[in-house]
Amino acid sequence: MLVFTIRRLMQSVIVLFVMSLIVFIGIYAVGNPVDILINPEADIAEQEATIRRLGLDRPLWSQYFSFLNSALYGDLGTSFVHNEPALELIFERLPATLEIAVGAVGLAIVIGIPAGMVAGLRPDSLIGKTIMSGSILGFSLPTFWVGLMLIMLFAVMLGWLPASGRGDTVDLFGVPVSFLTWDGLTHILLPAFNLALFKMSLVIRLSRAGTREVMLQDYVKFSRAKGLSESRVILVHVLKNILIPVVTVLGLELGNVIAFAVVTETVFAWPGIGKLLIDSIGLLDRPVVVAYLLLTVTMFILINFVVDVLYSVLDPRVRLGDMKS
Amino acid sequence: MSSPVPAPAPIPTPTDVEGETVVGEQAESPWRRFLSDFFESRIAVAGLVVFVFLILAALFAPYVTPQNPYDLMQISIMDGRLPPGTQGEMIHYWLGTDDQGRDMLSGIFYGLRTSLGVGAASTVIALFIGGAIGLIAAYFGGRVDAMIMRVADLQLSFPAILIALILVSILGQGVEKIIIALVAVQWAYYARTIRGTALVERRKEYVEAATCLALSHRRIVFRHLLPNCTPPLIVVGTVQVAHAISLEATLSFLGIGLPITEPSLGLLIKNGFDYMLSGDYWISFYPGVALLITIVSINLVGDQLRDVLNPRLKR
Repeated sequence: MLVFTIRRLMQSVIVLFVMSLIVFIGIYAVGNPVDILINPEADIAEQEATIRRLGLDRPLWSQYFSFLNSALYGDLGTSFVHNEPALELIFERLPATLEIAVGAVGLAIVIGIPAGMVAGLRPDSLIGKTIMSGSILGFSLPTFWVGLMLIMLFAVMLGWLPASGRGDTVDLFGVPVSFLTWDGLTHILLPAFNLALFKMSLVIRLSRAGTREVMLQDYVKFSRAKGLSESRVILVHVLKNILIPVVTVLGLELGNVIAFAVVTETVFAWPGIGKLLIDSIGLLDRPVVVAYLLLTVTMFILINFVVDVLYSVLDPRVRLGDMKS
Repeated sequence: MSSPVPAPAPIPTPTDVEGETVVGEQAESPWRRFLSDFFESRIAVAGLVVFVFLILAALFAPYVTPQNPYDLMQISIMDGRLPPGTQGEMIHYWLGTDDQGRDMLSGIFYGLRTSLGVGAASTVIALFIGGAIGLIAAYFGGRVDAMIMRVADLQLSFPAILIALILVSILGQGVEKIIIALVAVQWAYYARTIRGTALVERRKEYVEAATCLALSHRRIVFRHLLPNCTPPLIVVGTVQVAHAISLEATLSFLGIGLPITEPSLGLLIKNGFDYMLSGDYWISFYPGVALLITIVSINLVGDQLRDVLNPRLKR
């Protein structure tokens, strides 16, 4: 067990190192930030001073090692545009992204599980078929297009909900959140729903499959035979048993939601880290791009590591198979 | 993600990756059975018809559109943002015009050209590269297999959009760069798919017989193994075209995909997005509908192909 964990940990560190190298070299080989950041009317001396201040004159490997060194201390460079530490900039925006991510997962559960259970209980009825076709659409439609349609319908045509921004925020433990004010809540509804669609389709499929399987089990027959009401059988006995796979998958998918938030945040002008990334790519603000990518990659490597270790605890075959290869 | 990509060996079989012709031109009956199976589902046939129409529209866009939206001589800025069904100075704008006075219908046909082209090109390239890598992994097994599959698994543990974002921010904009990014995102699916099939196939007698005849590795892999591994690859490939188109549209919508000189549907939607809030919905809406029809029709065809080519569902 310990050997497996250490091996996986080492593997994760190597992957992280390789990814940081790819991202750094790739990003720092694109474009010339000097042209963008320095006033075109600045004279040569001013230009050189700025280049030296930003460390752009040193060879690439030296830039990388000083970057790696300071990254280990939590310093991922200073944004060229905002003149603020890149990591700080990201952490400032992170609550907004986490808010719609959590909102999206919440909506996916609240809408997806009941819909999936209905589809599982009545697979051949019209409503069951409609739900399943809807989940296929949820899988195949591009997120940004659905977001546009939501804006067109609810913001432009009906005028019920605002199309962009975060609305009023209140501080909760020093972190600004939107969902506690009415205005903020109306702002978060559309982006969270948009981001939720894909996961919702996933939850619908999982809970439909789960329901169909669980309904055939003996304990469902038994609880019916015991004379429990149908609603109690479904809402307590069936629901509890389909929750396990749904919750596991959704936990894994939280990272995915944050990655996909890039699209939703751009559509709804939601001031999270995804929008920051797209803006920074456009402005060639490389420290912010590097910091975002490294942070997200680290998050994924961490999630994968934890999942691998947990799986090996639950299923020893995983770790034995790994030992052999 | 830099994967060890060996130059794909020359593939002698006439594998037409795009179409559905691979299954069996040599024998008459399986090919015919395949066709009759496919045409059983009316909705899949409808999808196929729409898809063929879209391909024709994309191929012949310069001949069928009322104007070339990127020829400045043919557009008039005075016709900017006209609603659908307006009679312009020279032509009738069935779907309205964008802010530059370009006919949306023509713009969509040209956009379809770019979107389908990029989607198909990236899928075909990824299919060849991924297929070759997967086949090599399955045939040689052992260390090679473990190595390749670890890289593939690793890549698949990241969401496609994140990989694409990393690559696009590294490579920058441009048609060939987007294709590279889409290939890098997709190859692992094909590698895994073909590896799974090939692992089963290579244990069968005909591979053993070929080995006993002392045929070269290349001949066994590409003449004997590959043709028997293609059906699942075609299914994955069809569905992946839709994914590739969707991903390209997303990247272009984010403004980090194709450059404005090569407008795809995603870019058209992005251009119209700025005017949507002022009520000029058609600039964004109709390219979106075109994108939607493309993706749905490809998925319908792909679903039916999967059912037809899956031997377990054979009656």
